[in-house]
Amino acid sequence: MANFETPALREYPIIPLIHAGTMAHSKPYVAKPEHQKPLGFPGTLVDNWESVAVKKLGELVDESRALRVFLDTCVKCGSCTDKCHYYLGTSDPKNMPVARQDLLRSVYRRYYTLSGKLFPKLVGARDMTKDVLDEWYSYFHQCSQCRRCSVFCPYGIDTAEVSMAARDIMDAVGLGQKYSNEIIAKVHSIGNNLGLPEPALRNTLDGLEEDVKDETGVDVKFPLDEKGAEVLLITPSADFFAEPHIDGLIGYAKVFHQAGIRWTMSSHASEAANFSMFIGNHENMHKVAIRIREAALDLGVKRIVVGECGHAWRVAYAFWNTLIGPFDFLDRNYPIPQHICEFTYDLIQRGALTLDKSANDDKIVTYHDSCNVARATRMGSMPGGQFVIPRAVIKAVVNKFHDMEPESIHENTFCCGGGGGLLTDDLMEIRVKGAQPRMQALKHVVDDHGVNYLAAICAICKTQFAKVLPYYQYPMDMIGSVHGLVSKAIQLGTKE
Amino acid sequence: MSALTITYAVLFYVATAVLVGGVAYKVYVYASTPAPLKIPTTPAPTTRLGVMGRMLREVTVFESLFKSNKWIWLFGILFHFALLLVLLQHLRYFTQPVWGWVVLEQPFGIYAGFIMVVGLLGLWARRFLVDRVRYISSLSDHLMLALLVAIAFSGLAMKFVVHTDIISLKQFFLGLLAFQLQPLPADPILLVHLALVATLMIVFPMSKLLHAPGVFFSPTRNQVDNPREHRHVAGWSASINNPGGR
Ligand code: SF4
Ligand code: SF4
Repeated sequence: MANFETPALREYPIIPLIHAGTMAHSKPYVAKPEHQKPLGFPGTLVDNWESVAVKKLGELVDESRALRVFLDTCVKCGSCTDKCHYYLGTSDPKNMPVARQDLLRSVYRRYYTLSGKLFPKLVGARDMTKDVLDEWYSYFHQCSQCRRCSVFCPYGIDTAEVSMAARDIMDAVGLGQKYSNEIIAKVHSIGNNLGLPEPALRNTLDGLEEDVKDETGVDVKFPLDEKGAEVLLITPSADFFAEPHIDGLIGYAKVFHQAGIRWTMSSHASEAANFSMFIGNHENMHKVAIRIREAALDLGVKRIVVGECGHAWRVAYAFWNTLIGPFDFLDRNYPIPQHICEFTYDLIQRGALTLDKSANDDKIVTYHDSCNVARATRMGSMPGGQFVIPRAVIKAVVNKFHDMEPESIHENTFCCGGGGGLLTDDLMEIRVKGAQPRMQALKHVVDDHGVNYLAAICAICKTQFAKVLPYYQYPMDMIGSVHGLVSKAIQLGTKE
Repeated sequence: MSALTITYAVLFYVATAVLVGGVAYKVYVYASTPAPLKIPTTPAPTTRLGVMGRMLREVTVFESLFKSNKWIWLFGILFHFALLLVLLQHLRYFTQPVWGWVVLEQPFGIYAGFIMVVGLLGLWARRFLVDRVRYISSLSDHLMLALLVAIAFSGLAMKFVVHTDIISLKQFFLGLLAFQLQPLPADPILLVHLALVATLMIVFPMSKLLHAPGVFFSPTRNQVDNPREHRHVAGWSASINNPGGR
């Protein structure tokens, strides 16, 4: 299948010994000028890039307490070294979170600390050279910004923040990643990651209405740009097109239908994803997100609900209020924004949905906590609601559910391997290897309980698993959407 | 007054100034650097009080470290708590009369010195024995441990091997506090011990020892998880001005 070996799945997880340089060759395609310019970045590597990079680093440290504290406080205790799925899957020591941070910390020390200026060798400080830049490009694109390391660090040092900063610096000197930047440019010009214009979107949604009608005999609407709707649904554009995502979208539509809530999607803001977070650039993050505020105001909605997408939920939950708030024009009686799982859970609690679990009796289900949902957001009012609510929704629609081992779920969850802007074919090797810890935990529930359905609430996880499951000898259609399960169980025509 | 006494007096004034001034400066810098976005590592407390609890657990029982690695946790907690007891025990050289609870603490403080060494050697051993930790250790990480171990050994040597003139030593430090120079006993082990301690004080604000004040400023640990309920703005995010709304 490829020119690398898929890591073996074992009886027990092991921590590999280090093998330096095993992933040094991994590099995503470099962004071309036409991908860079729309984001406000130089098209190609600028001449005085060393000084630009160093200056940008200083600015980022000045404007982010997190970055400053993280760069100063690491004691090299080593407790994060075995926590990154990319290290576990590749054994490349530069994929240990602290070593990844050190790629940038070494430069910070050299230019911004007394000890690094005076005794660079002693404290491991390095000049900003081309080799260093190349190493950044390679290893900061082997971090899915999943925050697993942050959970286990005694100071909460979050390597995701460091890799976001490194990518922002690389963009500032003209060395961008094609995959992310091309996508962000598409959102700026068209409104979604897929570059799907309004007519195509409308077409797709009409097609879905017909499909659901054929299948259920019920007129479930997939409204677009409907002024005066109560709810604006913001969902990842993958939900419009890709399998198994689309089953999720059908699920949301059926839930809205049965609850009798008027809802709409927007062609202006037809994307929940915000890849600007991955490249650590807040101007672009704001520019992508503001479309949602504009759409909500324009359509006059009262609530915003967000579809199944991990990093999008982080941006929505944790950043929207800051970036595109205040939301004084929305109904304060509901969380702003609300996750589709919170929305469905609420309806289930109130008995507003008719669900037949036995419709999913062909499935034995486990649930993958997506990193950004698990470690950067919440659902409901209780800390940890992000673990409880999706599982409660699943258990309301299936009879057979088994969790994976505790070390690999909730806040300990392992990344799918494709997050943080790595979901591109030019990074296939790191994606497959990085999925090893998750696949390992999956294997145990497959072997012990016959699990045949891996439910997730993240567009990236779904695409990534569909791609990597076969490398580990599992069928690609084992991955599915939580609302795909809801879609199957919901009994339309019973509550109208 | 001997040159030696003057040298050490100057050394300790400088070291204290660097330590206090340096840490104060760093704390000021941390406090004044904005945290523009909400980034607590979740699940996180949803109230200020809850965050104080989380922080307290981090700095007293090293909660995250315990979840992460029992060996580092064990050696880390042995070292830090022993160090705390030892520091408290040393208060007796700076107080006259010695505070009652410091007197009561003396026996613990003395034996804590050994525990401190055990913790340090455990942590240091990991830097050699665990390949991952060996890989991330730089020269300064080893030197830092060497410095701490040397301080501990020289201190223990004075307690259990060759006693030093405690009375004069105390006069020296009380003198420093009152800005009146008193002679320092010219005892080699004592001089080594004091020089190393002064070195530690001086490197503190420019080294990873900043983790002590830094931990309180870590946004992933000290932020309240309430971004939907409360609009958070700081730094660049404070200058965002969105049109529309009411
Ligand atoms: S756990 Fe934290 S302090 Fe320890 S090495 Fe990793 S980043 Fe540094
Ligand atoms: S954020 Fe995730 S991918 Fe990045 S270093 Fe930490 S554990 Fe690894």
